[in-house]
Amino acid sequence: MANLQTNFIGITSPNPFWLASGPPTDKDYNVNRAFEAGWGGVVWKTLGEDPHIVNVSGPRYAVLHGYDRQVIGFNNIELITDRPLQTNLKEMRQIKRDWPDRPIIASVMLPMNEASWARYVPMIEDTGADGFELNFGCPHGMSERGMGSAVGQVPEYVQMTTEWCKKYASIPVVVKLTPNITDILHPARAAKAGGADAVSLINTINSIMRVDYDTLTMYPTTDGMGTHGGYCGEAVRPIALNMVAEIARTADTCDIPISGIGGVTTWRDAVDFIALGATNVQVCTAAMVYGFKIVEGLVDGLNNFLDEKGMASVHDLVGRAVPSVTDWKYLNLNYIEKAYIDQDLCIKCGKCHIVCEDTSHQAITNTVDGERKFVVKDEECVGCNLCVGVCPIEGCITMRQLAEGTDPRTGLEVNPEPADWTTHPNNPLREENESE
Amino acid sequence: MSNSKKAFKNSSANRRSGKLSEDQIKENFTDMHPPLTPSQAYIEACRCYFCYDAPCTAACPTGIDIPEFIKRIQTGNLRGSAHKILEQNIMGGMCARVCPTEVLCEAACVRNTHEHKPVAIGLLQRHATDGIIENKVPLFERIAQTDKKIAVIGAGPAGLSCAHWLASFGHNVTVFDKNKKAGGLNEYGIAAYKVLDDIARKEVEYILEIGGIEIKAEVHIGIDFTLDSLRDEYDAVFIAIGLPGVNRFKIPGENVAGVMDAVNYIYDLRQAERMSQLPVSDKVVVIGGGMTAIDIAVQSKKLGASEVTIAYRRDKAHMKASEHEQHYAQINDVKLRFCSSPKRIISRNGHVTGIEFDVSEADSEGNFSNPGKTYQLEADVVFKAIGQTLPSDQWGDSANGLAIENGRIAVNSDRKTSLDKVWAGGDCVFGGEDLTVSAVQDGKLAAQSIHAYLQSA
Repeated sequence: MANLQTNFIGITSPNPFWLASGPPTDKDYNVNRAFEAGWGGVVWKTLGEDPHIVNVSGPRYAVLHGYDRQVIGFNNIELITDRPLQTNLKEMRQIKRDWPDRPIIASVMLPMNEASWARYVPMIEDTGADGFELNFGCPHGMSERGMGSAVGQVPEYVQMTTEWCKKYASIPVVVKLTPNITDILHPARAAKAGGADAVSLINTINSIMRVDYDTLTMYPTTDGMGTHGGYCGEAVRPIALNMVAEIARTADTCDIPISGIGGVTTWRDAVDFIALGATNVQVCTAAMVYGFKIVEGLVDGLNNFLDEKGMASVHDLVGRAVPSVTDWKYLNLNYIEKAYIDQDLCIKCGKCHIVCEDTSHQAITNTVDGERKFVVKDEECVGCNLCVGVCPIEGCITMRQLAEGTDPRTGLEVNPEPADWTTHPNNPLREENESE
Repeated sequence: MSNSKKAFKNSSANRRSGKLSEDQIKENFTDMHPPLTPSQAYIEACRCYFCYDAPCTAACPTGIDIPEFIKRIQTGNLRGSAHKILEQNIMGGMCARVCPTEVLCEAACVRNTHEHKPVAIGLLQRHATDGIIENKVPLFERIAQTDKKIAVIGAGPAGLSCAHWLASFGHNVTVFDKNKKAGGLNEYGIAAYKVLDDIARKEVEYILEIGGIEIKAEVHIGIDFTLDSLRDEYDAVFIAIGLPGVNRFKIPGENVAGVMDAVNYIYDLRQAERMSQLPVSDKVVVIGGGMTAIDIAVQSKKLGASEVTIAYRRDKAHMKASEHEQHYAQINDVKLRFCSSPKRIISRNGHVTGIEFDVSEADSEGNFSNPGKTYQLEADVVFKAIGQTLPSDQWGDSANGLAIENGRIAVNSDRKTSLDKVWAGGDCVFGGEDLTVSAVQDGKLAAQSIHAYLQSA
């Protein structure tokens, strides 16, 4: 049996599944239930200075539904803690006593002056919390006050507040990054420069869910008006994964430990984050959609996966997929693949044909010898993988390498030597070879 | 000589083997419900809403965490899914095939409310467990071995479930069974079309893989061992003997060839190397209204009988076999006749040729009586499927202290009998549901109680 115990910046945890800071970690009642269910650690709902903020007494969440009302996206306008700071601190202190083996991370959002940090950081650390997480992410509410993502989008502010927190804290400091930014490496570098022990990402993405088709207002509204919120859940995971991978593969940021956040719902999602560079993951939306019980399946699934792969620990998995991520210009343009349809599995829905015909390279038949039949035409197929994605039957369409011979599409011999865009004759910025 | 062959020494010309070829029979005896393909399993698993305090789990006699095992199928963790099932019900493979899910978990599914289409829990359970059992993937371990010995009477679902749990606690179990093979009714009683591919044997082998369980086959209580001797030699005893007897059917003329107990014929059918060699009649009449009646009737049809009728004493509403089972019988061309109470067997030359029935009627309070109308059916064979019994003469001296209720052993909620060191479970116990799954639960509860007792002893 694999060992799921993780060490993240010196903080040990029985498993790598933490709850992210948000409604599920609002107060001791929630956190007790979470630990009873088996979550490895918790990031407490973001603390702020008194007087506490106030939330709307109306819709704070909206959901993007897939088929059968499956929740694939989630939007929230909830703010940081709306309870007094001392109430939170008292509860955190007690929880630490009751659950000594489970880390509690204090998420904080404080004003942009050093005095506030000097005052509150030691007070919060005194609860026994295992670390700080600096919230530079909330795209609504707090950013309108010059906090939240208003800070996260300005690398200089990120660095400054990280320095302040590090100055007054003796426990590790994690900087949570907002994705509402052009290049995640800028705030990541700034956090590192400020002395951050790690980064966590992503926070939520600016979004508006939809429109109400009866009232023709946005949805949701309070008293007829609404505001943009933070998007999260399954839908954002690929965005988060890219940002994690960017940090993990870039020379001057790859040494920063990462806590992965963004739509972790099943154990496979955790594998995604960890293999692309995260040491642990934080969950919020999935807990809000399914309840705390999902941690059972997360732990069991990851455990069985590590066993199957012959890995004894989560740490054996960290970053395993990072070496495979590169810039587009370095992809081997001589590597050729064609789609192949398994006629035994094919149910003849024709979806592959029509999407290829309408929107790609017209490389799939709809009729062969007068019969409804869907076969790939290698002479047109560019290997784009669209049919693989839209086919309803798993494993029915696969990509196969054309390793040798002539590519019927180009008439050219397959070149076993790799070559990419950087040396391609069509590239005006191509790197010249020594022989030229 | 097998039980049914004895009866056929003087069989009439209508009753012979080879009515259908072995291939035709194999085709008839395909899966009552074929297993799900991986595609189907995924789609079906996605239908589960992952309910809080799931009604399906509450409806399962073994308390399997159904939403969790289904989610593990959906997320590609089949091994974890099988573990979730088998940790509560070590016979999850068999139960996936024979449980009346239509009145248990699938009846409770919240998707009945608006769609009248529950999640196919039974088929999903089979999907998760088939590979594990087939490939003997070890999921359970014995903790450190103890010096405790427990005797289990009966290697059926209750006995083997109890044995597996006790073995996992480190104890040493000896299981006594009168048959050559372990498995009880799973091996010898359940309809063949429900348990294809040798699942009964494979499941027994899987259960024994944990170690610490010894099966003593072909031993009989009262002859090779007694309850008294076991109580002396072992630290605890679990009685899981089932119902070895059959209800005596006292009607005039029944002692002729061709009138027999359904359970004996089913026993032979399940053990037949080639089912085409079993004798099958043209006109089959089955007396009874439970699962056994349905099983023998449907199997007779599948073996090639031309006319099969089930005659039940009371009305349709009182029939013990579920709606689902009754429906399955009808679509297999079995006729159901109700309010038919056997009056006398008609025979010639020592062999049955027919049976006469009283037509019974219910009064306003639901009591049935026979006002006088009768009818007759032709029959080449009459199968009696009117219930099984627990003989009372097999307990030796221990009989004095063994409390019996309504003909079965009385037990408390821990499945403890009134006798010191003795527990009981399965069909031999009063108050149960007479299902494989409830037998497995009995075995589990008894094992946990025995373990607690052994730790404190």
